[in-house]
Amino acid sequence: MNSNLKNTQLAGWLFALPGTALIFLFIVLPFLFAIGLSLTNQRLISPNPTEFVGLDNYQRLLSVSIVTLSPTTDAQGQILLDDNGQPKYPRLRSITRNKATPEYKGMREWFRWHSGDQAKVVIARDVVFMKALTNTLLFVLFVAPIQAGLALGLALLVNQKLAGINVFRTIYFMPVVVSIVVVSLLWRFIYDGNNGLLNSVLSSLTWGWFTPIDWLGKSETALGSIMAMSVWQGVGFHMVIWLSGLQTISPTYYEAGDIEGASRWQAFRYITWPGLRHTAVLVLIVITMQAFALFAQIDVMTAGGPRDSTQTLVFQAVERGYGKQDISGGSTISVVLFVIVLCISILQRYLTRERT
Amino acid sequence: MASVSLKNVQKNFGDTLVIKGVDIEIEHGEFVVFVGPSGCGKSTLLRMIAGLEDISAGDLSIGEKVVNALPPKERGVSMVFQSYAIFPHMTVRENVAFGLTIAKVPDAEKNAKVQNAARILQMEHLLDRRPNQLSGGQRQRVAIGRAIVREPAVFLFDEPLSNLDAALRMDMRMEIANLHKQLDATMIYVTHDQVEAMTLADKIVVLRDGEVMQAGAPMDLYLEPDNQFVAGFLGSPAMNFIQVNVSELDATHAMVIGPGLAPTRVPHRGRAHTAGQSMTFGLRPQHMWPAEDGKLAGVVGISERLGSETVVNFRLQDDSSLIASLGTDQIFTPGQTVAFDFDPETAHLFADLK
Ligand SMILES: Nc1ncnc2c1ncn2[C@@H]1O[C@H](COP(=O)(O)OP(=O)(O)OP(=O)(O)O)[C@@H](O)[C@H]1O
Ligand SMILES: [Mg+2]
Repeated sequence: MNSNLKNTQLAGWLFALPGTALIFLFIVLPFLFAIGLSLTNQRLISPNPTEFVGLDNYQRLLSVSIVTLSPTTDAQGQILLDDNGQPKYPRLRSITRNKATPEYKGMREWFRWHSGDQAKVVIARDVVFMKALTNTLLFVLFVAPIQAGLALGLALLVNQKLAGINVFRTIYFMPVVVSIVVVSLLWRFIYDGNNGLLNSVLSSLTWGWFTPIDWLGKSETALGSIMAMSVWQGVGFHMVIWLSGLQTISPTYYEAGDIEGASRWQAFRYITWPGLRHTAVLVLIVITMQAFALFAQIDVMTAGGPRDSTQTLVFQAVERGYGKQDISGGSTISVVLFVIVLCISILQRYLTRERT
Repeated sequence: MASVSLKNVQKNFGDTLVIKGVDIEIEHGEFVVFVGPSGCGKSTLLRMIAGLEDISAGDLSIGEKVVNALPPKERGVSMVFQSYAIFPHMTVRENVAFGLTIAKVPDAEKNAKVQNAARILQMEHLLDRRPNQLSGGQRQRVAIGRAIVREPAVFLFDEPLSNLDAALRMDMRMEIANLHKQLDATMIYVTHDQVEAMTLADKIVVLRDGEVMQAGAPMDLYLEPDNQFVAGFLGSPAMNFIQVNVSELDATHAMVIGPGLAPTRVPHRGRAHTAGQSMTFGLRPQHMWPAEDGKLAGVVGISERLGSETVVNFRLQDDSSLIASLGTDQIFTPGQTVAFDFDPETAHLFADLK
């Protein structure tokens, strides 16, 4: 009996071995490497020996400060105005290259705002990283709820017992099956500034009143365009997850709702939505993680441009590690991304925990 | 007033006719039990009354009004499901209040009604629990609570006790009977347990394959079953049946004879027509007693001594097996020859079952 039990355990471990080994080899090990590399100045190919640099990489990536600029004045203390009648400010260089403030050396302007006559300037050592970070957060903030919501709507629609409903399920799921690279290429044509599909449709809908926009070529529209396309691409996948959740809800609950006189909205609010709790947590976490990993669309469609308006964390990590051969810089970004995603997942788990 | 009336009600699922033209009249305040074997269409019939299944043909009226086309909420019914169907994410209080929440009843009134329902069902201490912290019987109470707060005119129960153990089932049976006394409402109750049917009902409707076999007061059905099916369905142990032949008959009685049955004059209740006719003879196990020269002679198979009664299984000459239930403790040994006697007036004659 005892030896039998031991044998079964051994068999269990043997079965688990290939999977565990692969996970260890391709996920755990590289991740540990990344942490290690982020503490050095390792380059992809370099004649110089690698040195341990401690948290330098993190410091360079994450340092942000706010400096205040006062308007330039003339000898009488009058504020000088520029051609537009706005106050003139000294150039940022006067601070970042000032010997008296060595801590700001090498930092560049990220953005600024005015309070009274003063200009508050946020400077960062790595402005591109900061833009990548905010773009990624914005992307998650918009894509996660919109994609989850649309997917739920579609799931509710295709969860009806109608003839031919499987045709619709298949159609909505189709974008998921197509490679994201192919989808990105197609959408590049759709978004084309001259005679892309979107511009043509919009101008024919408005009888030529609409002036074509170079969707991916303008910094105001590029990120939004990529968001829209990403939502479209992923919505089918999450629809299927919602659908599986919907089908675990016993029809008897809806019958009880019918008897008690629940309207369609009340049935959704009191029966469907609470029944989808666990699915909702899953969908939210999966979408958030996928959104943080945004890369292929950027690589194919904009390469981070125009003017860094579509930089993202993963794109930057790859760009630095391989494009600029700065492996330690790329690793540092990956570790930062890991910490952010971990924190958000823990927070989501906490907020959606089972309350008793 | 909430009488319920079914006139030639039919239901088909695709090509199969499941309810084959059912007529039932239920008066206001009556407790009606639908019984029948599994698959006979009890649940389907109940769900048609509730409005969860549409009616293929015929008329269903509740309180003199034809409701075939009305959705469930407009029929003034509430239903207790076999699986309880109480919502796991709501507390007992929220579950019981569900119908009132849906109808946007003001909080004060809602709380008072929930409290009252909880008092009737003796579950005031459970109100803040969640369903996963309740036993089966308590869950059933919650489901009943949800049904009574809305004060509907008609209650529908679909095998509400079938998931409970025997002792609890008995308690709940009493509670439901009490509830019916307290609430002035019509109740329609589905079960396949004839004990529930006998104890609860004002009127029993026995169903078989989507047809009403007989409807009436429990004791009427027990004492005067119209056919072999009803006779065999009600009563425990079930009525004994043996094949007999009619040798002579007059207006009220027929002389019958069969293998292992000495010639006996039995009331035929208009069901025997000609001499020589083959019929089914029925006799309840409780209506026999052992006697030296009894009309039924055979060999003991097994006997069970239950203390208060003895159940004897014995075989007649033609190998048909009968059961006698004796109200005293008696000892029979397997293989022993026995004879049982009975009062012919307590026997039944039925046309052969199709
Ligand atoms: N949705 C359906 N589609 C097709 N046939 C059905 C459907 N629902 C029920 N039936 C059939 O109708 C008949 C009656 O079913 P019903 O559920 O009413 O039986 P029941 O008397 O309640 O049985 P039980 O005691 O097992 O609950 C059965 O033969 C069943 O197979
Ligand atoms: Mg049933």
